[in-house]
Amino acid sequence: MALLEVNNLKKYFPIKKGILSRTVGQVQAVDGVSFTLKKGETLGLVGESGCGKTTVGRSILRLIEPTSGQVTFNGQNLLRLEREELRKVRASLQIIFQDPFSSLDPRMNVGQIIAEPIRNHLKISKSEMRNQVAYLMERVGLHPEQMSRYPHEFSGGQRQRIGIARALALNPLAVICDEPVSALDVSIQAQVINLLAQLQEQMNLSYLFIAHDLSIVEHISDRVAVMYLGRIVELATDRELYQNPMHPYTQALLSAVPIPDPEIRKKKILLQGDVPSPINPPSGCAFHTRCPERKEICSREEPIFQNIGADHWVACHLM
Amino acid sequence: MSEPATPLLEIKDLHTRFHTLDGTVNAVDGVDFDVYQGETLGLVGESGCGKSVTALSILQLLRCPPAEIQGRILFEGNNLLDLDREGIRKIRGNEISMIFQEPMTSLNPVLRIGEQIAEAAKIHKRMTRQEAWRWAVEMLRMVQIPGPGSRSKQYPHKFSGGMRQRAMIAMALSCNPRLILADEPSTALDVTIQAQIMSLMQKLKEEFNSAIVLITHDLGIIAEMVSRVVVMYAGKVVEEAPVKELFKDPRHPYTQGLLGSIPVIGRKEQTGRRLQEIPGIVPSPMETPLGCRFHPRCHKVMNRCQEQEPPMIHLAEHRRVSCLLEA
Repeated sequence: MALLEVNNLKKYFPIKKGILSRTVGQVQAVDGVSFTLKKGETLGLVGESGCGKTTVGRSILRLIEPTSGQVTFNGQNLLRLEREELRKVRASLQIIFQDPFSSLDPRMNVGQIIAEPIRNHLKISKSEMRNQVAYLMERVGLHPEQMSRYPHEFSGGQRQRIGIARALALNPLAVICDEPVSALDVSIQAQVINLLAQLQEQMNLSYLFIAHDLSIVEHISDRVAVMYLGRIVELATDRELYQNPMHPYTQALLSAVPIPDPEIRKKKILLQGDVPSPINPPSGCAFHTRCPERKEICSREEPIFQNIGADHWVACHLM
Repeated sequence: MSEPATPLLEIKDLHTRFHTLDGTVNAVDGVDFDVYQGETLGLVGESGCGKSVTALSILQLLRCPPAEIQGRILFEGNNLLDLDREGIRKIRGNEISMIFQEPMTSLNPVLRIGEQIAEAAKIHKRMTRQEAWRWAVEMLRMVQIPGPGSRSKQYPHKFSGGMRQRAMIAMALSCNPRLILADEPSTALDVTIQAQIMSLMQKLKEEFNSAIVLITHDLGIIAEMVSRVVVMYAGKVVEEAPVKELFKDPRHPYTQGLLGSIPVIGRKEQTGRRLQEIPGIVPSPMETPLGCRFHPRCHKVMNRCQEQEPPMIHLAEHRRVSCLLEA
């Protein structure tokens, strides 16, 4: 059974104007997203900026209140829970944020930051707490002697380790990683990715790994979902998706990734124009305005997200 | 490609320091490299290694003081550092232009796009207002902005990130420069937009036969765009090589580490899930390590690396490495 099941999740942000703040439109940030996350698995969620991937991650935890849909985690529908129940669930469903500079409170020292979730959920003595924090710091490759230092004394990579230690403080079952390495230099990225992979093995964690970098997502994920304008357009195992992409958007996206090998000359599919606005998404298939293979039906009818075999799901009229 | 004998740009022993209240920061510390006409040279390294400061020093876009630039920057044989304010203004945007990393902040928000592009043509080509505006529209058309006539009258906030970067390129190319310094031109953009911008730069470069110095930390872009690479670490050049050689046979442990630390699509089966790491972080320029600057992070470190600064060893033309392992 899936650990986390997301069903037809939607999040529309209202656009308010005028002195009466009347709603004049909606940003359809997430528009019917469904997927499952199994125990111990990493599901990659990729897409370009503005496709709604971060909103999906935050809606699952209800850091943003979703408009509709279902999120089942460990048998409980999170969207129906009361505040107190939700707080308890969040102990086992954690998040790591993108920006290691703004996601740590500058007025708390590292010990306090890592201890905060423990203090919120468990009643343990001061010395036990200290030991627990020291243990967590060691686990993520920080020196426990630095417990009383403040976030500004750490580099970007170290701050991300603090964020990881905080997320792991309560032994969660799953962690939503929202662009955890995109603010870091390449050599530091490798350190953090290795750490995440190692922790996953040791603790049998599930990751929802949200990122825009396709090489990193391929590296860490077991399955990958590709998002475009608030919807998942393709979902498959990492191998299948990267070797046999079916959706024209996935094909273009993959072909655009520069390959760090000067001997390989890849043919790029250059998409025309920019991603359309999610305020007024195109009719039918949202990708039809940029699709090199569009047909007449694409602007009329929305394609169905269907299984084309071997757990490979695509939403495209060409299938 | 056979290169002409004299380089278009020669940088010799460039030092750029910043005198701050906390002490002197040696951001660029004895850098030299050449750029030939029509070539694309890659300048690689992580943040804080001095790549951007090198580019800003070439065009003297740093306020002095606190900055202090020393060395020689020979452009077609003339030392740019000997020029006065007026002299360097004649070069800037005309012979050498720059594309900045942040398309969101490097355009003036209160000037129409057309006006910003026309500015250089008015100053350097002595065009009239109307001529320069027409020229600006033409440049926007060339960088493939749809509806260039009406777009030129808009302000930057109406442009998307990709379009702003195109406008920046139009501005940089408007006087047909011999050399373009492109500082992370696509880092802030999504991959599909990045691919558009890169293919556009490649095409325009060939059309104008300009040289490009492409500054980036993205080794994928390096592999696709450039013919020769200079790798920098903590303010110094650590390795230079033609692009294919650099990827096939990186000599400096830092270059090896950089190449090993990036995930490559389709390579997971061979290499496993563990990426090669470079331990530690880039040292602060206020406290650069003694000896080889990379030694605290180097997996091949020897005793003498901690005391002795490695010499630059020339292995072949445009093939050099600064490492005691090669000495």
